[in-house]
Amino acid sequence: MDNHLSLEESRQKLTQIENDLIRPLKSHNGFEMWVLFLLLLLILGFYAYYLQLRDGLGVTALRDYVQWGMYISNFVFFVATSLIGMLITSVLGLLRIPWITPLTRIAETIALAFAMFAGIVIIIDMGRPDRFPYLFLHGRLQSPILWDVTVVTTYVIISMLLLLIPMIPDAAILRRRMTDAPKWQQAIYKFLSANWIAVPEQYALIKKSIRVLAILIIPTALAIHTVTSWLFASTLRVGWDSTIFGPYFVSGAFVSGVAVVIIAMYFFRNNYKLHNYITDAHFNRMGQLLVLMCFIYLYFNLNEYFVPAYKMRKAEGHHLEALFTGNWAGIFWATQLGGLLIPMLLLIFKPFRKPLPAFIISVFVLVGAWFKRLLIVVPTQQHPYLPIQNVPENFITYKPTGVEIMLTILPMVGVLIVITIIAKLFPIVPIWETAHEQGVDESVIK
Amino acid sequence: MEENNPIIESGDEGRRNFLKKLGIFAGVGVAAAAGAVYVASDYEEKKNPEGKKVRVLTADGQLVEVPESELQKIEQEELDIEDELQRRGREGIAGKSWVMVIDLAKCRNARMCIAACQAAHQLRPEQYHINTLVMKDSEHSAPYYMPKPCYHCDNPPCVKVCPVNATFKRQDGIVLIDNLRCIGCRFCVAACPYSARIFNWFEPRDSEKYKDQPYDVELNVPQKKGTISKCLFSADRLRKGELPYCVSSCPNGVYWFGDMNEDVVVNGTTKEAARFSQLIKDNGGYTYLEELGTKPRVYYLPPKNRIFPAPGEEQVSSHS
Repeated sequence: MDNHLSLEESRQKLTQIENDLIRPLKSHNGFEMWVLFLLLLLILGFYAYYLQLRDGLGVTALRDYVQWGMYISNFVFFVATSLIGMLITSVLGLLRIPWITPLTRIAETIALAFAMFAGIVIIIDMGRPDRFPYLFLHGRLQSPILWDVTVVTTYVIISMLLLLIPMIPDAAILRRRMTDAPKWQQAIYKFLSANWIAVPEQYALIKKSIRVLAILIIPTALAIHTVTSWLFASTLRVGWDSTIFGPYFVSGAFVSGVAVVIIAMYFFRNNYKLHNYITDAHFNRMGQLLVLMCFIYLYFNLNEYFVPAYKMRKAEGHHLEALFTGNWAGIFWATQLGGLLIPMLLLIFKPFRKPLPAFIISVFVLVGAWFKRLLIVVPTQQHPYLPIQNVPENFITYKPTGVEIMLTILPMVGVLIVITIIAKLFPIVPIWETAHEQGVDESVIK
Repeated sequence: MEENNPIIESGDEGRRNFLKKLGIFAGVGVAAAAGAVYVASDYEEKKNPEGKKVRVLTADGQLVEVPESELQKIEQEELDIEDELQRRGREGIAGKSWVMVIDLAKCRNARMCIAACQAAHQLRPEQYHINTLVMKDSEHSAPYYMPKPCYHCDNPPCVKVCPVNATFKRQDGIVLIDNLRCIGCRFCVAACPYSARIFNWFEPRDSEKYKDQPYDVELNVPQKKGTISKCLFSADRLRKGELPYCVSSCPNGVYWFGDMNEDVVVNGTTKEAARFSQLIKDNGGYTYLEELGTKPRVYYLPPKNRIFPAPGEEQVSSHS
């Protein structure tokens, strides 16, 4: 903004940015293979769901003791990851952190996709998905599930607005540029551009809307993950009966969210050739952000595990022994060290915040984040107050079945499909905000 | 079965025989109850003092007399049986406050209670509404058998979390499940600290055979795939004035069952009646994990002066 350009220079600059950011929408290099791959997984997933509907939830490894498993872990993971929209767009945006501009749309796309499919994950876990409308017909407000449904829906709506409203000027640009696109695609651009003519009143309106939404989404995002944590914390079960579950979950959410954004940044930068827009400096900043988030999460982990372990209360002791030295120890230490502590320590050093190392570390963090949710959900149920007796062996152990794994992957495929569609229809780096930042005169952005 | 009937006063037997004789809606008690309501209201209008009278129990538990000539058969089509079963099932039995006492000194793991329960509720062998556990509280304490039904808590964690009112607490203290409402989210299973709840992971046992049976919320049959089940205190038997399935099938006198309002419990094996408060007082009765604040309705008498040998050490499985 400080290096304000003349109108002519502005037009040239804008055209150059447009060319760079719109080019990926037109090239289909490898796109068909990617879509084919996703569709294949989608078909496999639907087949798995058909089997589950036909034979019952017994096709999973879930039984009367471990009765929430990968599906619920997946749900927690999805809600967690979706929180990143709030962190990038709102918290950093409202603090006027300048470097986030090219990352906001990536973050919002991820937030929307994960939040949308969180609801689908829950339906996959339901014994009677046909009765889903009962949640609205017979809902009881004292159940945390109702709170979850309410806030997740609200979050999806606000996230969608936070994606679409900043899209208005870009949609106008796309309408002008994508004249050879199919009719339906042009109709979408026309609709989303909302008669954008780049007058100051429109800018004022759009900026004010974004600001209001950015403020609204903070309590909503905190609410969705806090309420999700209460699905566990509101019970009397060892390992879940914890007062810090809200902030513990929220801090963990930012870890997986930042990791997934770094992964997406790396992917778009290389495949969409956006090296001039998503720069090394962005990876550096996001790497620093991940260190901070890992540190906060580590602090909550220390509280969550060390304090009960110091006391070793009877039932809690069995649970913690299983995690520290028992049958969960492998996953537990791999997640805590390989998915949290070591990534954090590495990212403290600048060379590891270069794009490739940051990407690899983020993959470890993300996989660790998924397994961490499994560690929160499953082991608790293997240690009830009363002993597990007179039941078949598979009621005690939990070994996920193929159908269950497919149905865990299915919503992830859904997320990738949504991200793919959005990134194929719209520039993943916002054109108008980038142009604006580079001093392009506002009146030409249309 | 009449001799172990601590709940309903005399006249009850006569009512049932009479209805059987008339052949009203064979075997379905609900029709009888609804018929009684109909007839009772009709009787109020006509005030016909003549003719032989019969006593019938109305749906709300009132014992009334009506002339025999006024009784009419009600066709199945006229009456939505499931709706009526739901209505009375959700309401519960007025004036009652059911309570169970389990004498741990008497249990020798005969497992007859489990068999009777699983038969009545159409359960698979690995599905328990009641399960007898081998307990050992600490390293040097003696092991003992502990039958574990649902505790029908007065502050039920399961009912709190249900999002659709599929599990509910009735006025007589029983916590029931409506498997026509249950969405299968299993939050209640997660919330129950006593592992009392089970889920129908597959098509229930013999579901083909029972598929046309009207759903009775007090018996939770027919069981339904994708929904919850658990101990119901045999609410269907209580309505008929009988003791629960497990209680009446125990050969060892482990179970006492009754009404806290009357302060009377009856032993399912010996049919002996006792004051509930006295039984608890004399024997040091307690509830399990009461520190959780769940307020269970099932009391245990400690396993002292046992008449059977304790479970062998080698059979004890650990808490893990």
